[in-house]
Amino acid sequence: MLTSVLVVLFLALLIGSILGFSSIKFKVDGDPIIDKIDSILPQTQCGQCSYPGCKPYATAIAKGEADINQCPPGGEDGVRKLAELMGVEYKPLNEEHGAIKPKSIAIIDEDTCIGCTLCIQACPVDAILGSAKHMHTIIEKECTGCELCLPPCPVDCIDMIAIQENTENWKWKYPVFNIKNQKQRVSH
Amino acid sequence: MNIIDTIFKFNGGIKADTKKSVSTVRPIKKIKMPKQLILPLRQHVGKVAKLKVNIGEKVLKGQLLAEADGNVSAAIHAPTSGTVASLEKQLIPHPSGLPDYCVTLIPDGKDTWVEKKPINWKKIDRKETIKKISESGIVGLGGATFPTHLKLNNNNEVKTLIVNAAECEPYITCDDMLMREKSAELIEGIRLALHLLGAQNAIIGIEDNKPEAIEKLALLIKNDANISIKIVPTIYPSGDAKRLIYLITGIQIAKGKRSTEYGMQMFNVATIIALYKFIHCGEPSITRIITITGKVRTPNNYEVLFGTPLSDLIIDAGGKASQNGSFIMGGPMMGYKLPSVNVPVTKAMNCVIDAEPEMIENNNPVLPCIRCAKCAEACPVNLQPQELFWFSQSNQFEKAENYNLFDCIECGCCSYVCPSNIPLVQYYRYAKSEIISDRYAKEEADIARERNDFRLERLQREKEERAKKIAERKANTSSDEKSKVIDEKRKAITEALERVKQEGVSEKND
Repeated sequence: MLTSVLVVLFLALLIGSILGFSSIKFKVDGDPIIDKIDSILPQTQCGQCSYPGCKPYATAIAKGEADINQCPPGGEDGVRKLAELMGVEYKPLNEEHGAIKPKSIAIIDEDTCIGCTLCIQACPVDAILGSAKHMHTIIEKECTGCELCLPPCPVDCIDMIAIQENTENWKWKYPVFNIKNQKQRVSH
Repeated sequence: MNIIDTIFKFNGGIKADTKKSVSTVRPIKKIKMPKQLILPLRQHVGKVAKLKVNIGEKVLKGQLLAEADGNVSAAIHAPTSGTVASLEKQLIPHPSGLPDYCVTLIPDGKDTWVEKKPINWKKIDRKETIKKISESGIVGLGGATFPTHLKLNNNNEVKTLIVNAAECEPYITCDDMLMREKSAELIEGIRLALHLLGAQNAIIGIEDNKPEAIEKLALLIKNDANISIKIVPTIYPSGDAKRLIYLITGIQIAKGKRSTEYGMQMFNVATIIALYKFIHCGEPSITRIITITGKVRTPNNYEVLFGTPLSDLIIDAGGKASQNGSFIMGGPMMGYKLPSVNVPVTKAMNCVIDAEPEMIENNNPVLPCIRCAKCAEACPVNLQPQELFWFSQSNQFEKAENYNLFDCIECGCCSYVCPSNIPLVQYYRYAKSEIISDRYAKEEADIARERNDFRLERLQREKEERAKKIAERKANTSSDEKSKVIDEKRKAITEALERVKQEGVSEKND
């Protein structure tokens, strides 16, 4: 009787100490779900979701404060991925947060630019180069197309240009068939 | 001389009607100088070449037009002497049918060479030679157009050079004709390539449907113990790099590994001859052999300058260079329909088939997959094409990747044997390009995230620094002084506001 109680007690202590040790040793910093959500979001940092960037939106989704359909740049595909990750039903994009647009980048009309630096302050990814009273320009490669530089510009010299298809970014298309052709052959 | 007979057969593959004999009856032909040459700046895998000449400049044959941009890129040289007329977007041989930047060169008809600089490769260090080759514009002429200097320059020790002379795809005969007519250059080129690679022996892998070429090469290497020929059966796709290596050596290159990790490197015969010409004659890559076949009256092989309009060749071969025609670049298995006949010959263009429309348009009805697994039997890579098809058509890309979609060589054997006429390869290409563009988008998003994080951190730091400064100043100035300073500042602000107001009024009045 006593031995069995001692054995159980010993096992309980042993397992408890292993668990206690591993909970300290292997503690996960931060909330992994936020990072997972953040990695699905397109990182345009545009704020269309009504949060000041992708990470805050991811945090809000993780807390259950925001819905999964507030990110137009992520598109339907993004909502689908978020739905899968969060284990909720897919729902169409909430139009209040804007419509899906083709991926664009900002272009500064350098002749009109007065060098006010307001767009530089607005850019969430530091993709604008310039200094006070000098012409500014967009680092095309870094631009996420968030459009945040448009409202502050006092002379309206920034335009959004949709990225055109070229031989570099061209993709093979989903195969399509001529149905008429098909039907004729089948009926023969 | 060595002719090795033992081969290691790979699974699958197909035996198709090769249709090669029609274009091998006549010798390689040249056509008269075209009115203009159109040279796309991207004719290779990697970065676009950087233009080095001005519009209107006169250039000599072999002069550098555009230099390689970085390591993974290739230069472009003037195929003849003449005037650089323009740099603009023109139609290029690309499956998208989209235009790309091309240099237009108007030949002066004199065909004057720039000073040729042959390289004494036996005297100088081989690293030095390879560096020179990186300026030659030579890329893999079998169709892959991977810059050749990168394949010469590798960290692994290469023991065996495998010369790809299989030319397994139906219709194409440019390598066959090249071997028949330039066998001596080829053998010299192989010796050169052996030296550059630091390899000991070379094996020429050639399909048994090229007896003439085999005979010529065998005669030349009679006394050379280092070069041997291995005759492989005519089974498509024996010319695929990994398939040919297996056929010859019985070694399977594992997923994600390169042949150099197994001590082997492979070059196409045309590439080796281009190397020979560059080192021995000082001629950069400006021409290639191209097969023009199909409906044309006299199917033939041509030695053409890059940039030659394809329509000139079609007309010379007795075909109709009409806009309604269907022209396939490459072979019938892996090739694609050209957007138009008005495209220039590029480094990748090994064959153009003037095709019957039926050859391109799949007029047979596409029926549902019946899971007969004929495609799996035909797949030379031992994939499960029916599963890949299922995942690709339903956009389940992750699963397709798990089924090794990227090991697919797009040889087209599966589509060829499919009793339901499903264009399987088209689905794989679609899935692959979707996955690649997703990966690229992800990379871009990661960069954006990093930049945004950095910006937030910087703003936070600036805020803290400012707060610290203010606190310091507060501690330093006594309350009396402080109020004085504040008064002064207030005064300055009101003055400035007044000024602005007045200016605004005067501007309005203007």
